[in-house]
Amino acid sequence: MSRFDGEFLATANEIISRYPVARSAMIPLLHLAQEQDGYVTEDAMEHIAALVGTTPADVLGTCSFYEMFKREPVGRYLVNICTNISCQIMGGEELLHHAEETLGVKSGSTTSDGLFTVEDVECIAACTEAPCLQVNYRYRHRISHQEFDSMIEDLRSGRLDDEVPPHGTVARIRQHIPADRAAGPADPVATPEPVWLSANASGEETGS
Amino acid sequence: MTITDAPKIITGRFGFDDSHTLERYEATGGYDGLKAALARKPSDIVEEVKSASLLGRGGAGFPAGVKWGFCPPGVFPRYLVVNGDESEPGTYKDRLLMERDPHQLIEGVLIACYAVGCSQAFLYVRGEMALAQERIAQALNDAYAAGHVGKNIHGSDFSVDVVLHWGAGAYIVGEETALIESLEGSRGMPRLKPPFFPAAKGLYMQPTIVNNVETLSNLPWIISNGGAAFAALGAENSRGTRMFAVSGHVKNPGVFEVEFGVTTFRDLLYAPVYGGGIRGDKALKAFIPGGASAPWMYPEHLDTPLEAGTVGKMGTMLGSGAIVAFDEDTDMVKACLRLVRFFARESCGKCTPCREGTTWLEMILQRIVDGHGRPQDVDLLLDVADNISVGMAWPPTQTTICPLGQSATSPIASAVMRFADEFEAYVGGPAEITVEVKGAAFVGPVGEEAPVSA
Repeated sequence: MSRFDGEFLATANEIISRYPVARSAMIPLLHLAQEQDGYVTEDAMEHIAALVGTTPADVLGTCSFYEMFKREPVGRYLVNICTNISCQIMGGEELLHHAEETLGVKSGSTTSDGLFTVEDVECIAACTEAPCLQVNYRYRHRISHQEFDSMIEDLRSGRLDDEVPPHGTVARIRQHIPADRAAGPADPVATPEPVWLSANASGEETGS
Repeated sequence: MTITDAPKIITGRFGFDDSHTLERYEATGGYDGLKAALARKPSDIVEEVKSASLLGRGGAGFPAGVKWGFCPPGVFPRYLVVNGDESEPGTYKDRLLMERDPHQLIEGVLIACYAVGCSQAFLYVRGEMALAQERIAQALNDAYAAGHVGKNIHGSDFSVDVVLHWGAGAYIVGEETALIESLEGSRGMPRLKPPFFPAAKGLYMQPTIVNNVETLSNLPWIISNGGAAFAALGAENSRGTRMFAVSGHVKNPGVFEVEFGVTTFRDLLYAPVYGGGIRGDKALKAFIPGGASAPWMYPEHLDTPLEAGTVGKMGTMLGSGAIVAFDEDTDMVKACLRLVRFFARESCGKCTPCREGTTWLEMILQRIVDGHGRPQDVDLLLDVADNISVGMAWPPTQTTICPLGQSATSPIASAVMRFADEFEAYVGGPAEITVEVKGAAFVGPVGEEAPVSA
């Protein structure tokens, strides 16, 4: 399993249909591949290339630029600890070291049971809640070493399964544009001046 | 203290647990601004926003209404791209606006599309912000069903799709041309300006307006209450209200919406209703006034108002509304290393001065912190920084396509000029500084004459 199948293929096509140029769907589709398989496989990149009309090398080029895309398996839980300035001065580096010691891995690596990958990350926009972290992109604010340990226990035991989906799933709610409500994508070469603009430009008053 | 009773223009619904729902939004005046806008000519709406003097809230601080006017006449389609890629260190406000009041943002997007004549809008949310993506997806689904978005909005001839798009982890994508590259499916590397000013040649080489989340979130209130009411708040170029994230060593870190232009740094850091003072009642050593890219400010600057022009003249900036306080015990060399390391990691690699320069700065600082630094390394830091941003002036000179590289020189010049003694303690010898630093904010220790005048 690594090309899109079933529901994932239908979602991929729905995402592509929202853009005037299919290649714009590249990053959302790479996320979708990661959601399906936990990481981005080579087969998935080839399939994405075919779906958006480009080469697999082009997809790899985009994929390799962005930190969220993993091209090899990571843990079921990606623990991203912020060590940037606001967190650094509030104990973020100590929290990272505690995590490394507790889990027995260095930043960037995965525990042998395949459950946890630890990363030292840049600012995740929770600066007033330092030190902070994300587990599969779900926030934990002002976290103490003790709270970190209980979070790990809760993740291990499955107590947080409802809140924290496995790595790869970011948003669990998707946008759907109903066909009868869609204005449609605006083709860059064949979209005229919008009617609400042209009608008003001709001096016509639409009220106050 | 200059704490005012200015209304909460964009955070007014934050007190409700269900502030993100369509029900709450509609019950509190939601989509009234859009309805009012649709009853007027698009050109009137542009004028209304111009009269509000709404400065862009993303970092560069360009007036939003003026930016809209840069689209060349007669060239269509035009696109609107919402910059929700908040990632400047210290910055925390757009995520709150997306999570807690997504409909307010969507309404702002629609008002902008109507005014400018954009045929499609893309709402680019930072990849790591799962909850913001979920809240916006749900809000869009509900808004489509209710007739607020899509075809023939509110029964008018105004039709536009708002598409949720999301990133995948890259600070540089917050730069508007890199954002457009990313939205086209590419690596997020900035484009050269000119010719690629987005308003002229943006998404798919068409006229494109890129506006920040906070900027757009102000539009429903401006249309409902009038640009004049917005401009009546604040001072000089800084009108309305603005969100500031106060983090670091304060007793009560938080995100506060305050009257722009008149509230001071002292208010935000020390007032009991805001930061509440430095924790442990320690002394303040320095603070970052506008995100990692901004030159630092010091205790003697606390009474400066949060006014973009005033702060700019002092040689730094309000940037993205990110204030980080350092207490007297902070190791400024380590703080400098962490900030520079950020820029080194996030450099996209397109321009040599930034790619090589930030990497070398990080390596030199790392060896200083590790105890292997040499006294001449302190001057070497300035020398490398001077090659990224020649003269280290303010506004900075640019040797690269985008401002990322020069941003890394702000913490270097700030830390070296002000806290040379801390570097000397690390390197075990006097730091002989020969490189000339021109930015007004890059001052030496209090009580001494600044090494180089502004």
